[in-house]
Amino acid sequence: MAGLFKTEIKNPVLRWVDTRLPIITLMNREYAVFPTPKNFNYFWNFGAIATVQLMVMIATGVLLAMHYVPNTHMAYASIQTIMRDVNYGWLLRYIHANGATMFFIVVYVHLFRGLYYGSYKYPRELLWMLGVIILLLMMATAFMGYVLPWGQMSFWGATVITNLFSAIPYVGNHITTWLWGGFSVGNPTLNRFFALHYLLPFVLLAVVFFHVVALHITGSNNPLGIDVKGPQDTVPFHPYYTVKDSVGICVFFLIYALVVFFAPRFFMAPDNFIRANPLQTPPEIVPEWYFLPFYAILRSVPNKLGGVTLMFSSILVLFVLPWLDTSKVRSAKFRPMYRPFIFLLLIAVVVLGEVGAHKPEGIWVLLGRIATTYYFLHFLVVLPLLGKLETPLPLPESISKPVLAAKTMERA
Amino acid sequence: MTDATTADGAKGPPRRDFLKLVTGAMAAVGTGAVVWTFIDSMNPDKATIAAGAPIDINLAHVAEGQQIVVLWRGKPMLVVKRTPAAVASLKDQKIVKLLSDPDSKVDQQPPYAQNWHRSLKPEIAVLIGVCTHLGCLPGYFPKPSATTPVPDWPSGYFCPCHGSKYDLAGRVWKGVPAPYNLPVPPYHFLSDTMIRIGENPPGQNWSMSNIVQM
Repeated sequence: MAGLFKTEIKNPVLRWVDTRLPIITLMNREYAVFPTPKNFNYFWNFGAIATVQLMVMIATGVLLAMHYVPNTHMAYASIQTIMRDVNYGWLLRYIHANGATMFFIVVYVHLFRGLYYGSYKYPRELLWMLGVIILLLMMATAFMGYVLPWGQMSFWGATVITNLFSAIPYVGNHITTWLWGGFSVGNPTLNRFFALHYLLPFVLLAVVFFHVVALHITGSNNPLGIDVKGPQDTVPFHPYYTVKDSVGICVFFLIYALVVFFAPRFFMAPDNFIRANPLQTPPEIVPEWYFLPFYAILRSVPNKLGGVTLMFSSILVLFVLPWLDTSKVRSAKFRPMYRPFIFLLLIAVVVLGEVGAHKPEGIWVLLGRIATTYYFLHFLVVLPLLGKLETPLPLPESISKPVLAAKTMERA
Repeated sequence: MTDATTADGAKGPPRRDFLKLVTGAMAAVGTGAVVWTFIDSMNPDKATIAAGAPIDINLAHVAEGQQIVVLWRGKPMLVVKRTPAAVASLKDQKIVKLLSDPDSKVDQQPPYAQNWHRSLKPEIAVLIGVCTHLGCLPGYFPKPSATTPVPDWPSGYFCPCHGSKYDLAGRVWKGVPAPYNLPVPPYHFLSDTMIRIGENPPGQNWSMSNIVQM
């Protein structure tokens, strides 16, 4: 039986559309009246900021692709063309190149927010796992994007990372040859990396869509980590959080603009201003800062397969995190023992980042090993045990209770 | 008539189940066949393979102790005319006891280079200059040194990326990130001063795909 969607939209044109494709009703339900916990702090901005940043990356990326040439003979020169000749090409490139850095900052804060407030726990396990997939896709995209300018770091970074796959027993060499499309990183590699660098963000977009759909099924977590009990605990998404997110987005753009206009090369490796040369390894191959902790984990093991396995495990362990953490209490606010450990994890990751930036010698080797050990201990030993050992603080009765109590205190 | 009865009413699995199975299997085989063409399209193409044909190198102008680097298949081929001291260092027990695979047991070289000097002639070395850790270019430090590239350096190759060390025959040290010796490509002498990289000596049949790790 043919039928139309029963809409409440009055405007005849919008009504005509909405009865056939209820997109307006949907947007209204999911983004306007959508009931959202009323106690968000600013850490809840970062999902929205990340979404906006994905748009910025796609927009600037598509425009850059109109001038970039994915060929080993011309790639480096085409970047120079973009920087010197293309109208506002320098702006597009600096927005895009620094955009990766900004994107990772935002996503890492978003991730840590999830860890701190237990956003990965029931019922948001799948939402969290989709987030880990997003992180993996981002890493792959960022890595391939970094290869495109075809500087020394691009080339040698690509060589080091693709060689990781040769550690796989038996088929490793075949896989690397297949990835390269040749006997080493070369023109076919650059060409396919460009194709994939263009494709993956749209895959990412699709996963982000599912991430958001899953979020709208379970609803958002909140700083107290307790469930929404009723309408008194929520406010409509619009205008409350559209405005709050806008504030965060403005601050984000402000910092982003400072980097783009005043320190656009701050995050760039000097070696990448030298054209790729397969006959000369740079004195030190350092990945972009957002990969440093993982790079440090890779190098902390004096065995290739072991290092590679550990590096990939450091991300994969996040997939099973919802089942490793045995505590039912979400927010670290009410977990007196979890709190110091989660900050210890943060310190371990920061230390790993610092270790990754140094040559693997002397104290850095030891520090890297200690931090790597803690990273895995945290997930595999500390979290399963804490849930059994820890006595959580009493949880508030509802979200509105402490909020109202604080209000009364202020007035008094 | 229900789905579960066969046309002739005989016992046994219903005909429809069988058809579903066969159809599904054919679809899987067909999909697999098509997907394989997609995957294989990413393997090295004909032109890339053709560009990887063997190359000839003239050693007449290479000085004793000198290393020349020739790009073949996008990888640096290291060709060294070893000094007598360098040849002697390959048997120096002080160095040999540092090595993880001094007898080249792992297939990182053709059988004709599986010897104490890892080459056809002790005084000529041919190696692929790709660190077996993560593919960087190991530096050539042929002389003992108190400081460079690291303190108490005996001689050999040092990788600047993650500090892997090799002796002058490309044999890897113990306790460094690189797991294997530097690979040796197939090669042979056309004359006393000409070598051809990428081709085995006559009568030998060894493929580079035997190399455990490039």
